[in-house]
Amino acid sequence: MLSIKNLRAGIPGNEILKGINLEVKAGEVHAIMGPNGSGKSTLSSVLAGKENYQVTEGEIWFSPPSPRGEGSGMRRKNLLEMSPEERAREGVFLAFQYPVEIPGVSNINFLKTAINEIRLHRKQPPMETKDFLKLIKEKQALVELQGTLANRSVNEGFSGGEKKRNEIFQMAVLEPTLCILDETDSGLDIDALRIVANGVNKLRSKDRAFVVITHYQRLLDHIIPDFVHVLSNGKIIKSGGKELALELEAKGYDWIKEKDQT
Amino acid sequence: MNAVIDTSATVPARLEGEFKTLLAKTFSSEPEWLKEKRKAAFDSFCKASLPTRKNEEYKYTDVKKVFSGEFTSVYNEAHKLSLDFEKLFVEKNSVKLIFVNGWLHKDSTLSAKLPKGVIVGNLATDGLLIHSGFLKKYLRNDGDTLSRLNAALWTDGAFIYIPENVQLETPIEILHISTGKKEILASFRHLIVAGKNSSVSVIENNISVDLHSHVIVNFHTDIFSGEDSKIQFYRLQNDCKMVSQITSINVLQEKNSRFDTNTITLGRAWARNNLNIALNGENCESHLNGLFITNGNDHVDNHTFIRHNKPNCRSNQLYKGILDGRSTGIFNGKIFVERDAQKTNAYQSSKNILLSDAAAINTKPQLEIYADDVKCSHGSTTGQLNEEAMFYLRSRGLSEDSARNLLLFAFAGDVIEKIQNEPLKIYLEELISQRLRK
Ligand SMILES: Nc1ncnc2c1ncn2[C@@H]1O[C@H](COP(=O)(O)OP(=O)(O)O)[C@@H](O)[C@H]1O
Ligand SMILES: [Mg+2]
Repeated sequence: MLSIKNLRAGIPGNEILKGINLEVKAGEVHAIMGPNGSGKSTLSSVLAGKENYQVTEGEIWFSPPSPRGEGSGMRRKNLLEMSPEERAREGVFLAFQYPVEIPGVSNINFLKTAINEIRLHRKQPPMETKDFLKLIKEKQALVELQGTLANRSVNEGFSGGEKKRNEIFQMAVLEPTLCILDETDSGLDIDALRIVANGVNKLRSKDRAFVVITHYQRLLDHIIPDFVHVLSNGKIIKSGGKELALELEAKGYDWIKEKDQT
Repeated sequence: MNAVIDTSATVPARLEGEFKTLLAKTFSSEPEWLKEKRKAAFDSFCKASLPTRKNEEYKYTDVKKVFSGEFTSVYNEAHKLSLDFEKLFVEKNSVKLIFVNGWLHKDSTLSAKLPKGVIVGNLATDGLLIHSGFLKKYLRNDGDTLSRLNAALWTDGAFIYIPENVQLETPIEILHISTGKKEILASFRHLIVAGKNSSVSVIENNISVDLHSHVIVNFHTDIFSGEDSKIQFYRLQNDCKMVSQITSINVLQEKNSRFDTNTITLGRAWARNNLNIALNGENCESHLNGLFITNGNDHVDNHTFIRHNKPNCRSNQLYKGILDGRSTGIFNGKIFVERDAQKTNAYQSSKNILLSDAAAINTKPQLEIYADDVKCSHGSTTGQLNEEAMFYLRSRGLSEDSARNLLLFAFAGDVIEKIQNEPLKIYLEELISQRLRK
C-alpha cells in the first residue's frame, strides 16, 4: 500500500530524513520508534504533504485498494506529486502530534466539509445530514468523545487528551486507508490511552494499514504492531517484529545506535 | 442647470451655482429656518473646502479624487426599478424605507402597525411637513466639513422617532439604492431620536442597481440616544465599485443608554466611514464593530472617535479586515477621556488579514486620556492566513479554497457574533460566504 524508497527530505540547509526505505502492505501495522529529533514527525509531515519540507531524493508510492476490489496494483499513485487534500481524498490520514487549534471553525462543520469534498472526489453525492449526524454520533462513541466537543471550535481549549481523541475521532469518521499516527500516545493518561488504542483497534481491517509513530513502547501494548522500525538521525537503523519494541524499552535507544555504528 | 461643469474649479466654487438652484427649486418650500441652516452649513463648507491629504485625518484617503469628476448635485429623476425587494430585505415583518439616490421611493412599506407615537418616515415629507418643530430642534450643522456639505445639500433620508418607554420590536430596514447614468453627488441624511427608556433596531443596506456612472454618496446620520435607551444601528455597504461613499454618524448618548453599531463593508467599495460618539451621561455603553472584505482597488477607511465625557462609561470596538488584491484599509480609532470621566473602560481592537502582498492596512489608535482612574487599551494585529491551520484542514481533504474560506469566515465571525439580530446574522453569513467565494 505504501512504498517509500530512499527518501531524503528536510529544510533548506538541513537534511532531516537521510534515505528512508519502508514497505507497508494493506492490513499491516508498522510501528516507528525513535528518540526525539530523529525525524519521526518530519516523515509523517512529508507523507501528508506539508509544503515546508523539501524532498530532495526518493519516491513515495501509495496504492490504496481499489474500491471494487480490482487489486491494488491498478491505482499506484505518486504521493509526492499530490497536494495534501488529494492525498487525504485518496485515503491518507495523519493524526497530528500537535493538533492545531482553529478558533471559530466548528469541528462538525469542518468534518462535514471534509467528508463531502472527499465524496465529491470519489464521485459520490454529498452525505445526507441525518446520515452524517448518525455517523458522528457513532464515531464519537468509539473514542468516548463528549458530544459537546464535536460542536466546539476545532481543538480550541481542548485538553491534550481531548485533542488526541479528536484526531482519532476524525480518522474514524473519514475512514482512510493509510492511517499515520504521530505520537498519539503522548500526553494521554492510561485510561485515555486505552480508549484511543481501542478506537484504533476497531478500525483495523485487511484493507487498511497503520503507521504508528511513538516514542514509548506502552502504546504498543494496546496496538500490537506487525513490524517495528527504529528511526535514528533520519534513517531506519533496525527493523523487527513486535519484540523489538520490548527490547528497546528495556535497553534504550543507545544500545542500537552503538550496535549500528560497529 | 445644464451649465458646463468646470472641473478645474474648486469644489465649493463648482457647487455654488448648484446650491442656489437647489434653494430656488428643490428646497424652495422649506421653512425659512432650514434654508438659513443650509446656507450657514454651505458657507462653512466653502470656508473649509474638501479635506486634503495634508489633513492628518485624511492622510490615506484622497477625497479630492472622488470629487474630481463631472458630478452634479441637482437631480431628481424618477427611476423605474424592477427589483425583487423581498430578497433585499432581511426580515419579512420589518418597517421598510427605500431610498433611491437619496430620495424616497414609492415602494417603501411603512404600513406595519407601530406603537402609538412612533414615527418612521422620511425627513423631506414626514419630517418637514408634519414635524417641522421637532426637526428644528434636532437638525444640526456640526461634524467635519463633509458633514456640513451634507447639512447644506441633503435631500432626504430616514426620520425615526421612538417615544419614551416604547420598545419597538419590529426592526426598521432602510434600503439605499444608487442607480442611473448620471454622475451625481447624492446627499442623504437620517435622523434617529430614541426617547427615555426606549429601544429600536435599524438595519441599513446600501446597494447599487443598474448604475452606469460614478456616484458620490455623502451620507450623514444624527442619533440621539435618550436616558436608558437602547439603539442598534447596522450599516451594510454592498455597493458596486462605481460608488464612493462617505458616511458619518454622530451619536449623543445620555445616561444609562446603550448604542451598538456594526459597519459591514462587503461591496467593491470606496468608503470613508466616520463614527463620532459622545458619551454625555454616566454609565453609558457603546459597542462599535466593523468588518470589511476588500479586493482589487477597494479602499475602506474607518474612523472612530469616542468621547468619554462622563464617569463609569464603557466603550468597546472591534474592527476586522480581510484584504486582497491591491486594496487598502484604514482603521483610525480615537478614544478621548475627559478629566471627569473616571472609571472609564475603553477597549479597541483592530485585526486584519492580508491575502496579497500588494494589499495594505494602516491602523492608528489614538488615546487621549485626562482622567486617572481608567482602563483603556488598544491592540492591532495584521497577518496572513495561519499556515498550520491551512495544512491541518487540507490534510483532512478540504481544498485550498474551502480551507481558506473556513478560516476567513471564522475570522469574520467574531464581528458577526456581535450582531443581536438573528435573521441579520444569517443574511450576512450567506453574503460573506458568497463574497469569500468571490
Ligand atoms: N520546520 C523545521 N524547521 C527547522 N527544523 C526542523 C523543522 N522540522 C524539523 N526540524 C528539525 O529536524 C529534526 C527532526 O524533527 P522531528 O521530525 O520533529 O523529530 P521527532 O518527531 O522524531 O521528534 C529536529 O532536529 C528538528 O529540530
Ligand atoms: Mg515528533
